Amino acid sequence: MDSVWEYRNLLLAGTAVTVQLALASLAFSVVLGLVGATAKLAANPISQKIAGAYTTLVRGVPDLVLMMLLFYGGQQIANDLGSLTGWWDYVEINQFIAGVWSIGFVFGAYMTETFRGAILAIPRGQIEAGVACGMTPFLIFRRITWPQMVRHALPSFTNNWLVLIKATALVSIIGLHDLVWNASTAGRSVREPFSFMFAVLIIYLVLTACSDVGLRWLDRRYNVGVDRA
Amino acid sequence: MAETDRTVFEYLVYVSENQSPLDFMLIADHIDKFFYGALLTIEITVLALLIGGVMAIPLAIARAYHHRWLNAPIFGFTYFFRGTPLLVQTYLVYYGLAQFDFVRESFLWDPILSSPWWCALITFSLNTAAYTTEFLRGAIENTAKGEVEAARACGMSPAKAMRRIVLPSAFRRALPAYSNEVIFMLHSSVVLSTITLQDILGVGRWLNGRYYLAYEGFITAMLFYMVLVFLISKVFRLWEKRWLRHLQSHNPATTAPDRA
Repeated sequence: MDSVWEYRNLLLAGTAVTVQLALASLAFSVVLGLVGATAKLAANPISQKIAGAYTTLVRGVPDLVLMMLLFYGGQQIANDLGSLTGWWDYVEINQFIAGVWSIGFVFGAYMTETFRGAILAIPRGQIEAGVACGMTPFLIFRRITWPQMVRHALPSFTNNWLVLIKATALVSIIGLHDLVWNASTAGRSVREPFSFMFAVLIIYLVLTACSDVGLRWLDRRYNVGVDRA
Repeated sequence: MAETDRTVFEYLVYVSENQSPLDFMLIADHIDKFFYGALLTIEITVLALLIGGVMAIPLAIARAYHHRWLNAPIFGFTYFFRGTPLLVQTYLVYYGLAQFDFVRESFLWDPILSSPWWCALITFSLNTAAYTTEFLRGAIENTAKGEVEAARACGMSPAKAMRRIVLPSAFRRALPAYSNEVIFMLHSSVVLSTITLQDILGVGRWLNGRYYLAYEGFITAMLFYMVLVFLISKVFRLWEKRWLRHLQSHNPATTAPDRA
C-alpha cells in the first residue's frame, strides 16, 4: 500500500479527469434527454419515431461498442471528409471528447425516458392555467414545468448518474488517462496491480457515496412542501 | 454455371471492397468467428446469471428479514459491488490477484485464477448477485402482510410459507427488474474483450485490428448485440404475460438502468 501512497498524485490527477468526464457527459446527456423527451412528447410522428429509434438503439447496444465505433469510426469519417473536401488536414479525435460524446449519447437515451416520465407526471391543467394567465412558453417551463419535473425526475436521475459514473471507467480502454488507466499503468510498473485496483474501487465508492449525499440534499430541496407517505 | 457463379462472386467482392461503405464480403467471410464470439458472450452471461441468481436468493431473504449478523455484511457486499465499475472489479481479480504469492502458489491458481474465463465468471457472478439481491429484497419486503399471515394461519412453517407463498410472488414482482438486469449483464459482458477473451466485441476488435478497418467489426458486433437484446426482451415479454397475467395493468420494464 505504500506505493499507492507514493503515486497518490497520479491517482488524484486521474480522479480529476474521471470527474470532469462524468460531469461533461452528464451535461451533454441532460441536454439530449430534454430534447429527446420533447421529441417523444411532441405531436409530430416523425420526431417521435426518431426519438424512439434513438432509445431503442441505445438499449440494444453496449456502451463500449458505441464508444469504440465513435472513437475509431468517427475519426475515419472526419478524415475521409477532410480529404474529400480538402477543408482540413489529418485530425485526431481526442479521447476525452469521444468519451463525452459516447457516454452522453448513451445516457441521453436514459435521460429521455426519465424526463418524459417526469413531464407526464405534471397535471396538464397547470400548464393550461399558465397559458391562460398569459405566460410565455419559456416562463411556463421555468416556473411550472421545470421545478416539478426535477422533483419527479430526481430518483431516476440519481440512478442514471450513479450508472454514468461507473461507465466512465470504460474510457480507459480507448486510452484516456483517467483514474483506471493511470492506476493500471502504475500498478503494472510497480507490480502491485491489486493494491492499485483496490484503491480505484475505493475512490469510486467515495465518488458514488458523495453524490448520494448531494442528490439526497437536492431531493429534499425539491420536495419541500410535498407530503410523503 | 460455375463460370457465372464465380463472376457474380467476384463482382460482389469488387463492389464490397471498392464501392460499398462497408466491406460486407469481408464480414461474411468472418461471420463464423462472430457466432463463436456470441457463444462465449451468451455462455458467460447465462452462467453468471444462474450462479448470481442462486446466490442472491438466500442473501435477499437474509436482508429482507434483517438477520442479526448477516444483514450488515451482505449490505457491505452489495454496496461494494454496486458502487464500483465492473471493469475495475474484473481487473482486480484477473490482473490483481497475481500480486500475491500465496494465490499463485495455491491449488486454485492453475486451473482457475490464472484463466480469464474463470476470473470473468467469478466477477460477473458476484456482480449480478449483488444487484439481484437488492431488488429481490425489495420484492420480498413488498409481500402483502395478509398473505404471510394466511399462510401461517393455515399451519405452514415459516420455511414453507417462504417457499410456497413469499418467494413465488416476489419472483413475479421482480420479473420486470430482472429483465433489465439480464440486458445489463449482456451489455456489461463487453468487459470480456478487455481481458483477452474473444466475445462478440472481442471478435469485432480483432477484425478491425487485423484488416486495419474502422467500422466493420464494431457495426457487426453492434448488430449481434441488438439481436440478442431483442430476443431477451421478447422472452421476458412472454414470461411476463405468463407469470403476471393476474395483474391487469402490468408494469412494462422501465427503460432506466436499474443498477444504482
